[in-house]
Amino acid sequence: MDFTLTEERSMLRDMLGRFLAENYDHETRQKLLQAGETHNAEVFAALAELGVLGALFTEAQGGFGGAGFDIAVVFEELGRAGVIEPVLGNAALAGHMLASLANETQQELLAEVIAADLVLGFAHSEAGSRYDLSHVEATARLSGDAGREVITLEGVKTQVINGAAAQLFVVSARESGGAWGQNGISLFLVAADTPGVSVTTQGNIDCASGATRTLENVQLDATRRLGVGGQGYGAIEAAVAQATLAICAEALGAMEAAKALTVDYLKERKQFGMPIGKFQALQHRMADMLIEIEQARSAVVNLAGALDKPRLIREREVSATKNLIGRVGALVAEECIQMHGGIGMTGEYALSHYARRLTMIDHQFGDVDHHLERFIALKSA
Amino acid sequence: MDLNYTPQQEAFRAEVRAFLAENLPVALSEKVRLGKRISKADTETWNAIMNAQGWLAANWPKQYGGAEWDAVQRQIFEEEACLAHAPRLVPFGLSMLAPVLLQFGSEAQRQRFLPRILSGEDWWCQGYSEPGAGSDLAAVKTRAELEDDHYVVNGQKTWTTLGQHANWIFCLVRTNPDVKKQAGISFLLIDMTTPGVTVRPITLIDGEAEVNEVFFDNVRVPVENLVGEQDMGWPYAKYLLTHERTNIAGVGFSNAALATLKKVAAATMTGGRPLDQNPHFAGRMAQVEIDLMAMRTTNLRVVSAAAAGQAPGAESSMLKVKGTLIRQELTSLLRRAAGPDAMPFLPEYLDGGDNQDPMGPEHTAAAAPAYFNMRKLSIFGGSNEVQRSIIAKTILEL
Repeated sequence: MDFTLTEERSMLRDMLGRFLAENYDHETRQKLLQAGETHNAEVFAALAELGVLGALFTEAQGGFGGAGFDIAVVFEELGRAGVIEPVLGNAALAGHMLASLANETQQELLAEVIAADLVLGFAHSEAGSRYDLSHVEATARLSGDAGREVITLEGVKTQVINGAAAQLFVVSARESGGAWGQNGISLFLVAADTPGVSVTTQGNIDCASGATRTLENVQLDATRRLGVGGQGYGAIEAAVAQATLAICAEALGAMEAAKALTVDYLKERKQFGMPIGKFQALQHRMADMLIEIEQARSAVVNLAGALDKPRLIREREVSATKNLIGRVGALVAEECIQMHGGIGMTGEYALSHYARRLTMIDHQFGDVDHHLERFIALKSA
Repeated sequence: MDLNYTPQQEAFRAEVRAFLAENLPVALSEKVRLGKRISKADTETWNAIMNAQGWLAANWPKQYGGAEWDAVQRQIFEEEACLAHAPRLVPFGLSMLAPVLLQFGSEAQRQRFLPRILSGEDWWCQGYSEPGAGSDLAAVKTRAELEDDHYVVNGQKTWTTLGQHANWIFCLVRTNPDVKKQAGISFLLIDMTTPGVTVRPITLIDGEAEVNEVFFDNVRVPVENLVGEQDMGWPYAKYLLTHERTNIAGVGFSNAALATLKKVAAATMTGGRPLDQNPHFAGRMAQVEIDLMAMRTTNLRVVSAAAAGQAPGAESSMLKVKGTLIRQELTSLLRRAAGPDAMPFLPEYLDGGDNQDPMGPEHTAAAAPAYFNMRKLSIFGGSNEVQRSIIAKTILEL
């Protein structure tokens, strides 16, 4: 048993932390957001150069990491700085599916992803899916002669992470089965500029961006198929497990940052002639928050260690960790705002950005209630 | 990062498990499993078995008859002992006084007292709390005045756990009332058979007399029973409390309680279905299990740092608060699982008598007493509020 980071991961963490502290302060980020950009291409390229993307892939895939603890280290730092550059949907989610399912030709795309020359997106959820990964109503129809098949996609994909920025999408569509069935889901690689693909983008309340991608009579040739037809669900679940770890670690970084802002504020802000941090009512609430953040750290460690375990063990940890992170995330967001008072409510101040992201993380890949129910169901499975 | 135990640690776990399977008397483990009261004789029996194995004093150096286990080994033993329903080892001599003697006592005191802890000749209790000194421990008033080669002790201790079984008590006493309250405290070892010592049991909320009041009326204590230096007792007392808190997360207890709870909830029918299919109950059960899964790792993070030689500091305060909340929630769920059968109070049954039977399934008789008893967890050893203040001061630097 060893809870220390390897030398390589410590170095990556320190380097990334330093880079973000120097180049990604709150004001810089604010300017970027006000300019209406989804992300800063220069920063994104610099992150790739630091190894942020390579750390998410194994050596065989062209990276230098790929283990749960690599993902946790990277995303904790991204969360601490509030990075909005497209790492999650791109590398952690769609990249993971590409890496696990791609044939030899498709594998070549990974090098471009790791170098930040290609941004991926994952177009999966649809209106009404909520947190159910098996809900796919988009269809894929096969036509044409053997050897020259044409695949036609129809459907509307909502809440596409990196939906605005991505150049290439992993798209799920159904070839058989009912709308909520796990069997019959297939995956395809669809370029953003393919005829019939249109986009509506939206800004999210946590400053990330999302998009709806509509697929109308989108024609692909057979080389765009990713993995075995009709059997996409397992890969989706595994990729979402990895992405869940990523946002849980991101949440941990955001919690630590929000905690640090609040502790500083408790020491500086004076009322009734003394720093408000001298009041026991606030001290104890802050202590409880610290305890819960340590629990959140343990939950991230547990999931990072379970990512390569058999499915049932992995998925129980996914639900346990996501449930705990959701609870602690809400506690940290709400308590930090309360302890700041009015200033915690201002849109400009960094705290409100952490609070918004922490809260919205509960809305990604399943919230507290969803995962509590799922944890119970997996237990009896 | 490696969440796996080493092969040596796994082998140690197997050894502990085999030892418990072979040597833990069924009569004892059944009492523990059913939540019955553990008598003085029960504790002495188990201590003797553990001592024969050389495992009684887990954290003592070998030269004093200890096992010299590191923090991870102690954690492994704790987990296995709880799952096997072994009685708990009464900590006052073994893991509270002994570390103080090893660190601050004289060699003569070590030679005199440590072997008698192992042999069971001495049963120690803790004379810390007083009617006016609970969470504010440094407010102790019990006076010890030096007259020639004796201290004369007058005052009262309270909440003295299992003091009714004890023949020795280690006490915080005030030797200097004229200085800052932390500065005038001494750490004194008192033979409870000395004239002037009176023990009065206090029956608690669960019907059991687990704690006592101890009165001192001109009790003469030889100066050689002073530990360390006079007026220097406060740092020794705090050192002891740190040791008290190393196992404070109670993960072993919680693991065992969760296992019991799952069995009970699956076997208890309510409205035509097992209780674990009641969504509200299942939700609360899952929630505490998820908290415990994280707590195991939080605990191991602290434990493995301790095994690597870092002294547990304020981290133990975090373990105390969250660990005790989890244990209390588990006993609360076990009480609720018992339903109406939690109501009958059966002291004879709990004392191991044959004339009373539980009115419901076997686990129901002790469910309510155990729930009430466990309210103590967030009060003793430095209340959870004191722990939060320690965290605020030490870690958050507020």
